Amino acid sequence: MTPLLSLRHISKSFPGVKALQNVSLDIHAGEVHALLGENGAGKSTLMKILCGIYRQDEGEIIIDGKSCDFHGYQDALDAGIGIIFQEFSLIPYLDAVDNIFLGREKRNRLGLRDRRGMIAEAQRLFERLKVTIPLDCPIVELSVADQQFIEIAKALSLDARILVLDEPTATLTPSEADHLFTIMRELRKQEVGMVFISHHMDEIFTICDRVTVMRDGEKVDDCDTASTTPDDLIEKMVGRRVENLFPKRRCDADYDDVVLDIEALRLDPDGPEYSLKLHRGEILGFAGLVGSGRTELAMGLIGATRPVHAKVSMEGKPIKLRHPATALKQGIGLLPESRKTQGLILPFSCRDNISLNNLKQFQGALPLIKRRQESRTAADLMDSVRVKAPSPETPVGNLSGGNQQKVVIARWLGHQCKVLIFDEPTRGIDVGAKSEIYALMKELTAQGVSIIMISSELPEILGLCDRVEVFYQGEIAAELEGENINSQSIMHHATGGLSA
Amino acid sequence: MSQLASTSSTQPQSFKTRLDRWRRTPIFYPLIGFIVVFIAMALINDNFLTGSNIANLVRQSSIIAIIAVGMSLAILTGGIDLSVGPVMALSGTVMAGLMVAGVPPSLAIILGLLLGAAFGAFNGVFVAFVGMPPIIVTLATMGIARGLGLIYTGGYPISGLPDSFAFFGRGSLAGIEVPILIMIAVYALGYVLLSHTATGRYLYAIGGNEEATRLSGIRVSRYKLLVYTLSGTTAAIAGLILTSRLMSGQPNAGVGFELDAIAAVVLGGTAITGGRGMILGTLVGAMLLGVLNNGLNLMGVSPYLQTVIKGLIILLAIYISRKRSP
Repeated sequence: MTPLLSLRHISKSFPGVKALQNVSLDIHAGEVHALLGENGAGKSTLMKILCGIYRQDEGEIIIDGKSCDFHGYQDALDAGIGIIFQEFSLIPYLDAVDNIFLGREKRNRLGLRDRRGMIAEAQRLFERLKVTIPLDCPIVELSVADQQFIEIAKALSLDARILVLDEPTATLTPSEADHLFTIMRELRKQEVGMVFISHHMDEIFTICDRVTVMRDGEKVDDCDTASTTPDDLIEKMVGRRVENLFPKRRCDADYDDVVLDIEALRLDPDGPEYSLKLHRGEILGFAGLVGSGRTELAMGLIGATRPVHAKVSMEGKPIKLRHPATALKQGIGLLPESRKTQGLILPFSCRDNISLNNLKQFQGALPLIKRRQESRTAADLMDSVRVKAPSPETPVGNLSGGNQQKVVIARWLGHQCKVLIFDEPTRGIDVGAKSEIYALMKELTAQGVSIIMISSELPEILGLCDRVEVFYQGEIAAELEGENINSQSIMHHATGGLSA
Repeated sequence: MSQLASTSSTQPQSFKTRLDRWRRTPIFYPLIGFIVVFIAMALINDNFLTGSNIANLVRQSSIIAIIAVGMSLAILTGGIDLSVGPVMALSGTVMAGLMVAGVPPSLAIILGLLLGAAFGAFNGVFVAFVGMPPIIVTLATMGIARGLGLIYTGGYPISGLPDSFAFFGRGSLAGIEVPILIMIAVYALGYVLLSHTATGRYLYAIGGNEEATRLSGIRVSRYKLLVYTLSGTTAAIAGLILTSRLMSGQPNAGVGFELDAIAAVVLGGTAITGGRGMILGTLVGAMLLGVLNNGLNLMGVSPYLQTVIKGLIILLAIYISRKRSP
């Protein structure tokens, strides 16, 4: 049987990175095909090539035995590929019908919108999916699941025969996810081929027929789900270690000295109560899937979102978590997840970014900034984190991702913080800068700074952390130490413990 | 010999880098625009480049220029203050009313300025702590301030002010007219605030990336409150000059001033989305508007056509600023 879709020997490079190397993938009609891999394994790049957003350097896309050449998203849509992104592309204040037919409204003989015809068509689509969704209600008032079903209906109305679902269950409740699977089974009967991206092992074994595992831009394996096990897949996914990327293992933690003691912290009234301890010189990892509640806890810890209940003490003294400014005064700093939207002031120079929250120290008797002193300090800090920039005056927007991240680190080094929270510190950074940032983190712990590192990259957690908290659906599912910090056990807890 | 060669090769380069640095400052294009318009007006009109006309022009521009300082702060932080015209009128009429009621001028002035500040703070509370969009908040308070001024005066100008009060609008010190001196003082303070204090840096940072600023441990809300309070204050200072100049409190004064002030800020090279700009650019922008008004008047261009020309020039300025911003 010829596959509906066949990706053959796809390779793709970005400046300095080999994103995909010789990846092949077959999708048959009526098949749900899981695409599995860590963040950065190349799943998204592959899917972007499939839907015409990127162009492959080598290899070809074959649909129904015919070679296709996509020059943009529209070409992919025309070829019958529908993709449901994590971020929906629906217009919030239009109803389901208007959204489905956006840009290709049916018209009646007078050239006006044929609302009745569109409603009938939408109803046919929903029947095909076996869902009931109100047709004339602005979609903001609908649940995330309903919005997703509308996206699927829209794709089908475009005659999609191949559907790509990029982590569709990340934002759904378990019962909504079940509903989605019912729809997927229905579509399977109708000979639609589906690519399903998910980190949840249980879902893959519930709904998928085949699975392809990717790692570092290459296909590691593909097999029938019936002939494999979750542990098997996790091992293939995680694979080898990059040992030399990380500084020599050395524990700087002093387990007799608790710096930050979170006895009880509740972010919202119905949410779980967190409790954990951070020791001097320790690197505590927050592992888990994207959306598992790690960033939310970090934001609560610096008071960026105010916890509803918090009993937290710093070096034995109780502290309040009211605002990032109070956290700063207590010596707690956060390097946020998104450098560009949360970390940097992009129009500012490196110097202005670094001194942003240290300005008071450059004031004399008058509240005026001593520019020369500010520049000197900023230049020193830039040297100490090895920012590669022509001068401190260089606009930070001109730097590479790795250097930008070092600028954010430099900002916090001006403060003698006792606790630093690194949220995804190496996302989108090249390997060389990564290892420099790891080395910096170890330098900090050697000086007695305690670090919480949120990371979705397992090697990072394994290579750096002294202890690891594993998050699953908003709660701490496990606390791992020593021997127990290994990829199997982290993935096991992070995916809900089904593989046990 | 080799020394000579090296100096001659570095000299032009250092000039070029200095020029480049100049061109990257937000004030470069506004200044060029100002010079071009100024020279054009001087060539077209014989009466333009006279001492008294220039002094006139600067004095006439001073009111918008002062309001534009507060507006610059609001726009720099990614906001806007539409209520400045009515706040100016309200503060001015209250000063006049107090003086007519027998309050000594100095106290009346202080109370009038405090009223402007308080009204600005009222805006600031809604923007900073309630989190409403500045354009909506100040659109609403624009009506409130205008209405309060009309209620306070019953709709009529308040005249009969003590002669000593004329100093602020008509007096001069060391040969320079007082409105111009006040304008220079306000700009000097604005410059020091924005370019030499931590507060100023925070305002740029808020406009550049509010979330990053907050997460860095800066109390963004407090600084936003300060911005709107200062904007109300500069509007009240403009009210002081206007009331003194006219020697009466005019409840209907300042209609459309918010638009002129916004125009001055934008013409002065401040990004309408915030984060970039210079206070001295705003001064250049206000003076550019003044030169246009004055020059077109001298040329006898119809006031109707003048508004069309000014509008086109603002569009052109924004077009240029968009093209060069990254």
